[in-house]
Amino acid sequence: MSATITPPAVSIPPGDEMHAVHHQPGWIRRYIFSTDHKVIGIQFLFTTLLMLMVGGALALGVRWQLAWPWERMPILGDMLFRTDGGQITPEAYTMLFTMHATVMIFLVVIPILAGAFGNFLIPLQIGAEDMAFPTLNMLSYWFMWPAIGCFMLSFAYDGGPAAGWTIYPVLAVLPQAAPGSGFAQTLWLFGLTFVGFSSMFGSINYMTTIINMRAPGMTLFRMPMTIWGMFITAILQAFALPVLTAAGFMMLADRMLGTTFFIPGGLVVNNAPATVGGGQPLMWQHLFWFYSHPAVYIMLLPAMGMVSDMLACMSRKPLFGYKPMIFSMATIAGLGFIVWGHHMFTSGMNPIVGMTFMVSTILIALPSAIKTFNWIGTMWGGKLQFNTVLLNCAAFVSMFITGGLSGIFMAAVPVDVYIHDTYFIVAHFHYILFGSTLFGIFAAIHFWFPKMFGRMMSDRVGQIHFFITFAAFNCTFFPMHLLGIGGMPRRYADPYHFPYLEHLLPLNQFMTYAAIVMGFAQFILLFNFGWSIFFGKKCGRNPWNSNGLEWQAPSPPPHGNFDVQPVVYHGPYEYSSPVSGENDYLPQTEYMPRRPDQSQGH
Amino acid sequence: MSTADVVSPVTAPGEHHAHSGDGHDHGHGHQPHLAHHFESYEQQFDAGKLGIWLFLVTEVLFFSGLFCAYVVYRVLYPELFAFGHLFLNKELGAINTVVLLVSSLTMALAVRAAQLGQRQVLISMLVVTIACAFVFMGIKYVEYTTKFREGLFPARYFAPTPEALLHAAHMIHDAQSHGSAGHSAGAHDDHAADTSHGHDAKAGDHAHEEVNKNGLTAAEQAMVDSVKVPPNAGLFFSIYYCLTGLHGIHIIAGIAAISWILVRSIKGHFTPLYFGPVEYVGLYWHLVDLIWIYLFPLLYLIH
Repeated sequence: MSATITPPAVSIPPGDEMHAVHHQPGWIRRYIFSTDHKVIGIQFLFTTLLMLMVGGALALGVRWQLAWPWERMPILGDMLFRTDGGQITPEAYTMLFTMHATVMIFLVVIPILAGAFGNFLIPLQIGAEDMAFPTLNMLSYWFMWPAIGCFMLSFAYDGGPAAGWTIYPVLAVLPQAAPGSGFAQTLWLFGLTFVGFSSMFGSINYMTTIINMRAPGMTLFRMPMTIWGMFITAILQAFALPVLTAAGFMMLADRMLGTTFFIPGGLVVNNAPATVGGGQPLMWQHLFWFYSHPAVYIMLLPAMGMVSDMLACMSRKPLFGYKPMIFSMATIAGLGFIVWGHHMFTSGMNPIVGMTFMVSTILIALPSAIKTFNWIGTMWGGKLQFNTVLLNCAAFVSMFITGGLSGIFMAAVPVDVYIHDTYFIVAHFHYILFGSTLFGIFAAIHFWFPKMFGRMMSDRVGQIHFFITFAAFNCTFFPMHLLGIGGMPRRYADPYHFPYLEHLLPLNQFMTYAAIVMGFAQFILLFNFGWSIFFGKKCGRNPWNSNGLEWQAPSPPPHGNFDVQPVVYHGPYEYSSPVSGENDYLPQTEYMPRRPDQSQGH
Repeated sequence: MSTADVVSPVTAPGEHHAHSGDGHDHGHGHQPHLAHHFESYEQQFDAGKLGIWLFLVTEVLFFSGLFCAYVVYRVLYPELFAFGHLFLNKELGAINTVVLLVSSLTMALAVRAAQLGQRQVLISMLVVTIACAFVFMGIKYVEYTTKFREGLFPARYFAPTPEALLHAAHMIHDAQSHGSAGHSAGAHDDHAADTSHGHDAKAGDHAHEEVNKNGLTAAEQAMVDSVKVPPNAGLFFSIYYCLTGLHGIHIIAGIAAISWILVRSIKGHFTPLYFGPVEYVGLYWHLVDLIWIYLFPLLYLIH
């Protein structure tokens, strides 16, 4: 209802008693079990950054094995595989890539986007005091910890879960299938369920907040792209995730209650008695990808939104094509629901169905191209601020183009049949998830850090981190395209066992060196982050001269966010506007005079 | 209270505007049960209602994943469903349907009472709703224990006892006589006589009959043997236990939620200005009811 109000000419300060009525809660309620969206967002940020390092260490384990198979791994190997003399066993290798994906997807990328930045930014950018359901918000953070506990505990049982993050049956449902298919897999499923609860609480909260809590004058089409990204992501999450939860329950029942949803009959695995069943393993793949393909966009759309905001600010230009950006994002999300089959082209699929999924998948290239075009259009001719934020945003756009193009290969059935489950797909999704999303997150950390902590991160250190990471990233992941076309399959602990892959060993060693550099480069980010919290340069409310509502609040914003109820007069992209006078920006709370030659405003 | 321009005047949602005078003035210049980040009761109510509807959407999608499994297996193995449903007790299922429908009605009346500020009616309606939920769970308990006793476990542990199979044989016999003869009462009498179903009444006639190790007479054993248990018959019970079990968990969650509402209404928290939680729990309860309305025919009434 607030959106339809015609705002008065001047913001009215609220009565003093509005804030006086709630007293300050105690230390535990303020920093541990806080219901303040900013504290929850920062809790998510710390947790996910910690998990980023864990996931990265697991990835380095994988890289070590591919570069120097069966050799003693220094430091990490001595810590994790002491009983095997620091050597990575085949079972441990399987566990490593399974948990790397699990940690990165469920404990880093999804919660850092929706949990950390979504929580912190949504109320600030729409001009609300807090989320619609603060207690639910707190629960969505604290449900992460049982999940982390389950995932971490699963390491302890027989070398951890071994079925990959996609946990395809029958490997994942039959305990006799592999050492890692035992109790560890059950724990993993519980972890997934907890993450699911966390995401569901979050997404319901975000949708309700964005629909109901906007400041006066903040119409839907005056919302920053970040909010649009979070909104569409929340819809995706709320509508896709329950299906995975249902499938997860069925798999748990298969493992614990003796049902056979995913266990076919008469299967003899590892000399165990033949299975009783009649279940359909393929049904798991359908249900799983019905969630997990939209999940790819859950891991990308918020970053797209944030990068749109940051690029406009750092180019000092209005975002090129604001509404097309929104509609293309909505199109990507909508199409995302009907393309899940492209993960299953080689699982056994009617060619007509494969054709359908191929067409719908390739259609996604259209809205993606619109977005890419608009980002480049935003930068084109702009007054580029050559800083860490812009560099990371530019990396986001260029890596998205690279990863998007390799996606088209996989979308086409005839090509996919050859490169399915090779390192080509590994290259593709790392270009999207790391190259796009993670560089977007790096940019967002540098951009909103001043608002979170009231201090600036060092731009010089940020640039050093960026250039090392960017170079090492491409050295690590670009050669994976070549490995894939060379026929190197995913998930093999020792691909050089096969003579036709032996010549790929030197390339793999080069990639591992690059990966190690990339891993250590992240300590630069952590150092910059931690150091700047205490010793960074203090900044005012609006260090980037940006238009969004969040920059009108104090840095860091107090409980209740704004000292004056903000009233919004126009969209967030009025940079270098001819009407803005001396400044090259016009905050959303400032009235925009119309030029005489304009009969209609924006 | 602050100026009316910022904090909207206290308005009850929708048509209950007329009753806003009934709201007790708690004084202190602070509106009871209005969270600080909302401008008005209206905004708070709208947010809560939208939230609960979105939650219900996720619930529908959650169950649709399970229904998806139902559809896949029913299309693949129609004979399993035709066989499996014979073991379900239609009468108990029907009673449970009525019980849940009644509880939905009383829940709706409770919401109305909350909106009108009738505290006594609200409390009694909530009590009836909780009672209905307990009746439902009680009947479900009877059904489950009967099934466990008859060996009707999910797939891997599926081992029906002879009694269960005999019951199924009667059902098949009934269905066949329905189809061919078309006079149900007569057919039933016939097979009752054939298979010594009326054991007590004809005790004298059958006194000499041997009872085998399964506790069945030769005629009964023949009937049991005539039942062809399709392969993987337990798959039906996998689906039965998953769907009804998860639904049962939702009923238990509903009991907890309604109890919470009950405690709050006894404390007198709800006024015509503030009755959101009653309505949200009510919406949830209707959804749980609705899911059962689908489960009952899909599991019990199929042919």
